[in-house]
Amino acid sequence: MSFSAARPLDPWRWIGVPALLCTGATILLAAPIQLFGLRLPEPIFPMVCAFGWAVIRPSILAPVVLLVLGLFLDIYWGGALGLWAVALLVAYAVTLAMRNMMTGQSRPMMWAWYAGMTVVAMMTGYLITMLDVKAAPSVVAVIWQLLATAILYPFAHRLIDRFEDADVRFR
Amino acid sequence: MALRQDSFGELKVPLTWMAVVALIVCGVVGVSILLSDRRETFQTEAYGAARQAVDTVSAPVGGAVAAPGRWTGDLLGWLRSYVAVAHENRRLHKVMAGLQLQADEAVRLRDENERLRAMLGVKTDPPIPMVTARSVSDSRGPFANARLANAGSDAGVVVGYPVLSERGLVGRIVGVSRNASRILLLTDVASRTPVMIDRSNARAILTGDGGPNPKLDYLRGRDAVHDGDRVLTSGDGGVLPRGLPVGRAVKGLDGRWRVVLDADASAIDWIRILKFKDYSQLADQQALAATRLPPVITENPDDRIIGTPAPAAATPPAKAPPASAPAAPPAQKAAPVVPAPRAVTPPQKAPAPPTAGPAQ
Repeated sequence: MSFSAARPLDPWRWIGVPALLCTGATILLAAPIQLFGLRLPEPIFPMVCAFGWAVIRPSILAPVVLLVLGLFLDIYWGGALGLWAVALLVAYAVTLAMRNMMTGQSRPMMWAWYAGMTVVAMMTGYLITMLDVKAAPSVVAVIWQLLATAILYPFAHRLIDRFEDADVRFR
Repeated sequence: MALRQDSFGELKVPLTWMAVVALIVCGVVGVSILLSDRRETFQTEAYGAARQAVDTVSAPVGGAVAAPGRWTGDLLGWLRSYVAVAHENRRLHKVMAGLQLQADEAVRLRDENERLRAMLGVKTDPPIPMVTARSVSDSRGPFANARLANAGSDAGVVVGYPVLSERGLVGRIVGVSRNASRILLLTDVASRTPVMIDRSNARAILTGDGGPNPKLDYLRGRDAVHDGDRVLTSGDGGVLPRGLPVGRAVKGLDGRWRVVLDADASAIDWIRILKFKDYSQLADQQALAATRLPPVITENPDDRIIGTPAPAAATPPAKAPPASAPAAPPAQKAAPVVPAPRAVTPPQKAPAPPTAGPAQ
């Protein structure tokens, strides 16, 4: 299937469906289940969208959906309202600003870029939490969540691979 | 302008700028929401309608999502106990022999405790009513550690109630909707809990940081804590009842004293929400209201500022005498009376010149 330059991206396919999948995965992994005495990891699934959408092309709808996804995370996880909304938007903005350097890179390099953007989001969350509660969160806990999020890159790669060529104006 | 050589390239620059504007607007909205959030106040009104609505929907959804995992865990536990029943039987026999000694000691201590209480006239706290609920969702990140329980305002739960698992303190309620309540865990970065070391009675503040083992901050006293010391709630501040089990003290890798939580020893499925708001609910409010202050008598009997208490039946309705009334006769001094003007008012002196007039 070939994409022509005139073919617009269907917002539902490249923004709506991934956003819903991230929401569902977040709810699924929030189940209070312990396996062999270990609790489930808690990755930030919307980070896949924040990175993938910014790499595919600039969009008006993407930051709005990211804002909603971040607010959902804050409410569902019981954190400060706006924490993940701002953290995801910062990661999206940085990725968008650097997408010219990312496009065309190999998969391991893109994975490294994705991990870097996850670090940006986590550092934003860390700073916001420090200012909010006047206490520093555990760095070890931050690293665990960072690793759990970084291993989600294959999902972001699939998203980028599927829609990167859909609009060649922004290549 | 190479970018604009084709017809679609003309749209690129406006679309990019629109995307940037949308991003900036969303960023401003996100920061505004962040600045207006009042999560740290832990007040009922700060728990907004959006959170209540999401919690109301999340409780049954989380329960349904967690059900297969719970069933699997129950099945595995049943299979494990079935396979290891002989070994388990031998182990339980040994445990039971030890427990029998402890039970005998507990009976002796209870008897001694009751006799000492009777001798000293100590009044103990009455039992606190509680609500049992199931934990239906769990957030474990570094910036938020909270759980959702499937009991809300319909079950009488309000913000501030402490929450226990079968082993120890879990946290306290920070938000309530009709059928669900959100529990701020002891490990949350915003959690502060007054605790004491059982052995030394030293006080500390248990401070969460998003990790599994919260810190013991503001630890006071020399030799206050040893490795393995039991940590209990101190009841200071009246936020939590005294003596709830919290965990055991350990030295962290960072050199700070931390607590291994009792509640983490097993999965937190069922929780108990204690209906404890503060110590005032444990006292007899009518008895407190009927209490009278003892008389305060100065050297001059006429300067008595609070009358001696009278029998309740003889107490007239409290009425303040007019300011210009003469000193009350002795028969009216039986009830608390308004202080006589000359007892509370400093002696009148010659009028001084005004010193605090408005600035000219």
